[in-house]
Formats: sequence, structure tokens, C-alpha cells
Amino acid sequence: MRRDHAFFVRRFIKPAVFLACLLPLALLVLHAFDIGGDLGANPVEKIQDTCGQWGLRFLLITLTATPVRDWFDAPWVIMLRRMLGLFGFFYVLLHFLTWLILDQGLYWPGVLTDIAKRPFITIGFAALLMLIPLAATSTKGMMRRLGKRWKSLHRLIYPIAILGVWHYWWQVKADIREPLLYASILAVLLGWRMWKKVKSERLRGHAPAA
Amino acid sequence: MKIRPGYSAAIQPSEITAEAVYLDRRRLLQAALAAGVTGLGASWPADATSGGAPLTYKRNDTYSLSEPPNKFEDITTYNNYYEFGIDKSAPAANSDRFKPTPWSVTVAGEAERTGKFALEDLLKPHALEERIYRLRCVEAWSMVIPWVGVPLGAVLQQFKPTSKAKFIAFKTVLRPSEMPGQSVDVLQWPYVEGLRIDEATHPLALLAVGLYGKTLPNQNGAPLRLVTPWKYGFKGIKSIVEIRFTEKMPPTSWNISAPHEYGFYANVNPQVDHPRWSQARERKIGGGVFASRVPTLMFNGYEKEVASLYRGLDLAKNY
Repeated sequence: MRRDHAFFVRRFIKPAVFLACLLPLALLVLHAFDIGGDLGANPVEKIQDTCGQWGLRFLLITLTATPVRDWFDAPWVIMLRRMLGLFGFFYVLLHFLTWLILDQGLYWPGVLTDIAKRPFITIGFAALLMLIPLAATSTKGMMRRLGKRWKSLHRLIYPIAILGVWHYWWQVKADIREPLLYASILAVLLGWRMWKKVKSERLRGHAPAA
Repeated sequence: MKIRPGYSAAIQPSEITAEAVYLDRRRLLQAALAAGVTGLGASWPADATSGGAPLTYKRNDTYSLSEPPNKFEDITTYNNYYEFGIDKSAPAANSDRFKPTPWSVTVAGEAERTGKFALEDLLKPHALEERIYRLRCVEAWSMVIPWVGVPLGAVLQQFKPTSKAKFIAFKTVLRPSEMPGQSVDVLQWPYVEGLRIDEATHPLALLAVGLYGKTLPNQNGAPLRLVTPWKYGFKGIKSIVEIRFTEKMPPTSWNISAPHEYGFYANVNPQVDHPRWSQARERKIGGGVFASRVPTLMFNGYEKEVASLYRGLDLAKNY
């Protein structure tokens, strides 16, 4: 990557994307105060759904960083990946906290039964738990300290994304069109990675012995 | 001729003459009779967006809650009516084109008097009542709603059901051109629902034609819908065009769609969870962000009135 490119991304693109990522939250806050819209008859559900949706969207957007880099020869995109992933975690966490505090009102018998007994909540909760070590090891220092293991650990994002889509799919009543869209996007993103891996292994297999 | 109060106020200027609407009720009736309309002369509002025409009714205090009802805005912008779309804001947004007038209902099956009846004829013999009922959605939220309608049982009696009539099957209108949700395959269209005849003739079962003292808005099931407050909201079939007396238990839409999740009875029951979520507690709409859930009551708080209908029935199996 050219140095002036990296500078431009760090100085301009990254702050702009950062602000854009805050937009869903900003809109919720504005609507909570009836500015430019409202949260409707069921504000708790609205906050919870919006955060959950954006959490899932950001996780999928994070997973597009690598393919976009390859398809468009845009190595700088990787510079945004950590931030996008952390926003994914941020919105998923807000989604969970909305459910825990506003929806359930910290009613522990209900919370614990739901996590244990309702499969769609169980898998959503599992995805959240798996995101925590990824967020915690997202710093440069942790990357250095973990070395090769960092990459293996962060492959957890694949099962997390699958659980996230599944969590969404399982809670809709009848209309699976939207979860199906997420599932299709995820299938392309993961499918492309598998295809790339198979291809590179095949290439290695056919390489002449040194 | 005894004229019962009820539907008089639903007369629209377009039905009679422009001036008539400004006259008092007696003169209005005379005008209607003069125009050749029989009986009460009350006719259904003729314009397409008739939701909101004022009705004449009496509050039925025996069957009304003392709790304050939800805001009109909440009731009319947050509800499920998949015929107009999946989101709970979709019915309000997509129901403009729907024409609830004129309306007729086909009555069929095991009854002496069957045929196609104009809505106003169906309602004519009955006085309208307001009833403030709880509504509990299967999705674990709830509202308090001031319906206006007539007891379903009284309407059914006028068709003289035979001894073979064990169930009532209801059908919603099928109009994909006016109901965009019907072009999407999320449920089998038209929507169908059913009740056991003893449930249907229970005094709590209401055929609603109004909300907050006015004719139903399109998004809430205009012009005619079922309200069974001790059952989950999806039993309350909307925009009814067919009432059929049957000997066998009729199929119901959500049961067809997901039989292990939605049964025929769909009685509100905090002890029988939906397979994917708890029914023990509910979110009361209107409480704002910081109101937590409240416990759901057996039969939605109507246990005293309806429990006897289900004596000896295993409610966990017959959910």
C-alpha cells in the first residue's frame, strides 16, 4: 500500500466511516426524544430490533472487507476492518443489554430460563459470548502477543456470523425473507473463502518440488 | 315499527342527500325511508376510506375494563395484519386502497338461514355496544382496546344453526389488488379462523365494527372483525366475508403455517409457552421505555368468564 494512501485512509476515510457507523445509534437517540421521528408504540422492541439488526449487518460488513480487498485490489479496506468488527460487537452488546435491562427488566428467572430453554436466545447468547474474546484481543498489543494464535482465534467470526443469522431466522414468525437475505450474503462470503482456500491448496499441491 | 338505536350515525351524505347529514336523527331516518331504504335505513359508509365515521353505541360496563385504553395512535399504527404487510407499521401504511364499503358476508353451512347478507342487514337487529377489552398478542405484547360491536352469538342465532353446527369457520376477504401482503406467500390466503360454537356464542365474543366510537380503520380489520379477548390476537380474524357453520373443526391459518406453534384454541395461557418464547409475561404497549413486563393472566384475565368452556380439556395439548 502506498504511504499517502494509508495516510488518507487514516486521516479522512476512517473518521468518516466511524461517524457513519454511529448513525443508527444517533437516530435511535434522536427518535427517543421525538426528533425527526419516534420509536413507535413499542420503543423497547424498536431499540432492541434496530441494535440487533445493525449488529448483524456490521458483522457481515466486516466479513466483506477481505473479499472487497481482493476483488477491487483495495488493500486499504483492511484498515477499516477492526473498527467495523468492533461496531458489530458494540451493536450486538446494545441489543443484548436492551433485552436484559429494558425488555426483561433484569428479571433473572426469566432471563436465565430464556437463555437455557429458548434455542434462538441460546445461540444468540453464545454468539455474544464468542464475540467478547475477539473484541478483547482486537488491540495491536494483543495481536503481537498472540502471534499466530490471533488469526486462529479470530476465525471465530465465521461461526459467530452463522449463529447470528440463525438467531435472527429462528425468531421470525413467518416471513423469512429478510433472514434469508442475510443468510445468502453470508453464504457468498463464506463460500468465496472456501473456494479460495481450495484453489490455493490445489495450486500448492501441483507446485513442482523445490 | 320499533327502531333500535345503533347504526344510524353511519349514514353518509353520499348515501342520501347532501343536506340529510346535517339533519337530526329522526329526520335523517325519514329521509332514508323516503329514499326507499328499508328498516332502520342505516347504511354503510360508501366512500373507500370510511374508517372513522362516528357510531351510536352504549358502553357495556359488565364487559369493560376499568383500565384506560391505549392511545388511538398506538392501536392503529402498531398491529399485525399480514394482508397489508409484515411489519407492525405496515397495515397503517398500506391499507389506503382497501375498500370496506359496500360489504357483504356469506353465511353458509349447517344453518337454516344462509346466503349473502349486506353488512348493514346483518347488524340491523342489534344495538352496538362498546367494550373495553384486553388484547394479548401471541408475540407477548398487549393493549387495552375500546371496541364497538355486537355480540357474535346474537348475530349467529339469527341464522338458526342446526344441531350439526359444532364450529364456526371465518374467512377474510381475498383482494390482492387492495391488500399488497396477499401477494406474498407468508401465509395461505385468504386467512381463515374458527371457533367452537360454544366459544362463538360466549357473551365475550364480539363482532367488532368500530374502535374508539368510530367505524374501524382499514388497518384494524374494517369493516367487520372478530374479537375474542381471552384468546391470542391472531384468532381475531379481520375483514370477514364468510361465516360458515360446520360439523368438523375448521382449519385455521396460523395452525396451517406452523402446527406445533399455533393451535386451534390459542387461549392465552402463561403456563403454556410458545415453543420459541415465553408466554409468562407480556409487554404492555404504552408503558414507554422503562416499564418492564407484567405477568400474563390466565385466559388474559377472563378466566372467571371462560374457564368453564374448557373444563376437562388438556390446555397444554390443546394450545
